[in-house]
Amino acid sequence: MISFTMARQRRDPEGFRPRYQYFVFAAVVIFVIFFVRLWYLQVIKEQEFRLLSEHNRIRLIKIPAVRGMIMDRAGRVMADNRPSFNVLVTPEDVDDLQGLTNTLAPVLDLSPDEIAHTLKDRDRPPFQPVAIKRDVSWEELSFIKNHRLDLPGVEIQIVPIRTYPYDTVAAHVLGFVGEINRDELRKRKGYQMGDWIGKSGVELMWEEYLRGIDGGRQVEVDAVGKELRVLKEVPPVAGNQLYLTIDLDLQQYGEQLLGKRAGAIIAMDPLTGEVLAFCSSPPFRPALFAEGISAQEWEQLVSDPLHPLQNRGIQGLYAPGSVFKIVTAAAGLEEGVIRPHTFFNCTGIHYVGRRGYQCWRSGGHGAVRFYRGLVESCDVYFYNVGERLGVKKLSRYAEGFGLGRPTGIDLPDEKGGLVPTEDWKQERFGERWYAGETVSLAIGQSYLLVTPLQLLTLISAVANGGTVIKPLIAKRVEDLDNKILEEYPTKEISKVPISSETLGELREALLGVVKEDSGTGRAARVEGLEIAGKTGTAQVIGLQGGGRQQTQEMTYQFRDHAWFVAYVPADTPFAVVVLVEHGGHGGSAAAPLAREMIKRYFHHSQGEK
Amino acid sequence: MIDRRLWGQLDTRLIILTVALMVIGIFNLYSANVNIPGEEGSFYQRQLLWFGIGILLALAVFLIDYRYYEEFAYPFYFAVLVILVAVFIYGLMAGGGQRWIKLGFFYLQPSELMKIALIFALARYFAQREREEGYRLRDLFVPAIITMVPTVLILKQPDLGTAMVMVFIFSSIVMFVKIRFRSFLMIATSIVLATPFFWFALKEYQRTRILTFLNPDMDPLGAGYHIIQSKIAVGSGGIWGKGYLQGTQCKLHFLPEHHTDFIFAVLGEEWGFVGCAVVLGLFLGLILWGLTRGMRTQDRFGAIVAFGVTAMIFWHVVINVGMVVGMMPVVGLPLPFLSYGGSSAVVMLIGIGLLLNVRARRYIF
Repeated sequence: MISFTMARQRRDPEGFRPRYQYFVFAAVVIFVIFFVRLWYLQVIKEQEFRLLSEHNRIRLIKIPAVRGMIMDRAGRVMADNRPSFNVLVTPEDVDDLQGLTNTLAPVLDLSPDEIAHTLKDRDRPPFQPVAIKRDVSWEELSFIKNHRLDLPGVEIQIVPIRTYPYDTVAAHVLGFVGEINRDELRKRKGYQMGDWIGKSGVELMWEEYLRGIDGGRQVEVDAVGKELRVLKEVPPVAGNQLYLTIDLDLQQYGEQLLGKRAGAIIAMDPLTGEVLAFCSSPPFRPALFAEGISAQEWEQLVSDPLHPLQNRGIQGLYAPGSVFKIVTAAAGLEEGVIRPHTFFNCTGIHYVGRRGYQCWRSGGHGAVRFYRGLVESCDVYFYNVGERLGVKKLSRYAEGFGLGRPTGIDLPDEKGGLVPTEDWKQERFGERWYAGETVSLAIGQSYLLVTPLQLLTLISAVANGGTVIKPLIAKRVEDLDNKILEEYPTKEISKVPISSETLGELREALLGVVKEDSGTGRAARVEGLEIAGKTGTAQVIGLQGGGRQQTQEMTYQFRDHAWFVAYVPADTPFAVVVLVEHGGHGGSAAAPLAREMIKRYFHHSQGEK
Repeated sequence: MIDRRLWGQLDTRLIILTVALMVIGIFNLYSANVNIPGEEGSFYQRQLLWFGIGILLALAVFLIDYRYYEEFAYPFYFAVLVILVAVFIYGLMAGGGQRWIKLGFFYLQPSELMKIALIFALARYFAQREREEGYRLRDLFVPAIITMVPTVLILKQPDLGTAMVMVFIFSSIVMFVKIRFRSFLMIATSIVLATPFFWFALKEYQRTRILTFLNPDMDPLGAGYHIIQSKIAVGSGGIWGKGYLQGTQCKLHFLPEHHTDFIFAVLGEEWGFVGCAVVLGLFLGLILWGLTRGMRTQDRFGAIVAFGVTAMIFWHVVINVGMVVGMMPVVGLPLPFLSYGGSSAVVMLIGIGLLLNVRARRYIF
């Protein structure tokens, strides 16, 4: 022992001496308390604690929270939960693991190797049960229930599992949930291995609101892992409810219209930015991921040439084709390179240097003014406008209309597209910009790439008077008592730099596209409604190689993409974009779909809003 | 300034106590991590390296006369404060708790170093302002600021344990340098009176958090579960323990921090009451050494530094062991020399270096 009593005989620093006896006393008292406490725990209570420690008798069992529901704008449930049954095994509680594996394998329709592999997870903390099969059938469930006594260490766990009542409807918007992976575990706080997490779509973006708070039970178990009693319990708290802006009826209708074709239809209110329908085709089954997707099913999904997992509305990049003439027209009028009465002569071909650029009408349009140029989508007219504007101004206006950057919708992995500039080309290809590329750009070809949603915000800007708005996918988040936690108001991103005169000319011509018998968008006409629109036919292969072929004659991958953008300037305005991949002409493949969407919206959904 | 005779003044008792704790610490750490997938052996080896670095630093600290430290007490304090602020701002930008700063090959935890800097700064302040009749409230204003600024930063990291130790070091030193009884009473009564107001000003969730902190049973899925498992580990050890490397409770991941904050539970399970008593005895010996032999100097600065270091070790032991045996709230704080952790090991050894330093130069006045 240390001799602290000797201290007194030595010299002191001024005045510290008397008090440190108190400190010595205090320290000794506290340590004595510790000794007493240890004696109590380790000697008096030893038997009790030893018993508890022997088979880790006190365990923590998690009670997963019910994930919040996702509703459409009218409260129709698009993502729900149902109970599912998992078969759990706690290897430490099983004496004969091999025997158990052999018994369970045929019942659960698994091979003994598969079960053994699942049980061998190195990251599993000891005494933590492992799910050897999720979402088992009634037959499997009843077998295990009936043989409980012969199956030590096996338990049935009831957990909520995500379901989507309308199956594939709005799959890309909803996204899906899956088990958390290592990467996500590292990035996110408050998760454990085996937790469910939103992986894409709004399931991912609203994860914080939807997941709820997991509960748990502290239980005492017997030597074979059977629950003896619950010591403490914390009930889980269900997740919040998310209301989307989607109108389920219109959404389903849009998906039916696309059918088996690859493409996208998106509709929104151009004033508020609320997205009413967001269809991307082909869809996938989001529930597949919650049920546990097999390697084979996954392989099928990712190797499908039509890429069903891709959300074409925000991840598909296409040349806008003639839809871009809206931008070229606005830039031309605004910059004064043309006036409404300016005419160009279309002979069916336009030369830049020695190279000829064709108009889609091989015979030519003759003398064309602005209105007819846009209504009949005369390429030569816009070659001329583009040539007079130059690439700088064209790309500036393209950016002014919101192209070249993501629209900002709250969905993951949105692409920004590409608005080419001279600098960009120099950097990308180490080449200067050629004059011919400018005329190509003027009709929406060249390097220009857009997503369908970008074109929807573009046409919406024309409809709402020149404001690029953020498309909204969610209306609000409510808790279980219907208290509003979060609302998503309209957000203006930027103003398109055009005057009201330019806008007026543009709108008139776009109405003509549908109204006029010579208009390229006449197929979108609906009795009794004013509709403004613009067709687009985006070439997949270059213009060279002679004239244009008939769509039917070409192989699928080389067919043009068909575009149609439209808006209805009604009391409740409506804007829609249609893209049919490799559909051929915009006027014949896309415009009729837009017409059907408009009809559906104005004849059916009005009452339900 | 380095005297040959200085080596003769190295206090063997303190060295024996420290080395004994370090040896136990290494063996215990080996046991805590053996047979755990992905952790086998790695921690005790790294801890050995940290002890090596710590011993070298302790020697360096020992060789330089501590009166130089008095001169550089404030600059040192401000330098560590700047690092602390840097880490804080970096943490804000990185989004979330940030306790580390990367210095070449290793990570420095400036909050650990801050404890030493605080002891220096407070020691210098009180050493130079002597008051026969005891300090008044207004004398405590500057030291309180010196303490609170880094403490708030540490609290925001968030590192509740270290922040608590900072406040405890300050309070201990204030008691030690003698505060007037009247001032003490005033502080005590104002705290007692202010508590209810403070309590009602809190939001519901903040109250719940404090209640959970004081009574871990309210959080049966988190802290409450850890405490139960920790008590089972210690209690099941009995008098003689289950034997070295024979513990099951702690190795089985029931204690998420089994090699750091709950290392004492590993010891308790494998070595039982006897093992715990030996280790607590060594700590008590160390603390009593600090309170008697360690402070025996004529120099106020030296005495306060020695006391401050002793207080730092004392509070670490009390808070950590108190948590493991279920007598105190769950606060993440390492047990000196036993818990794994580079910054902690190094700082504790620097503290020992300071104790030896003051002890060796006790006759020079």
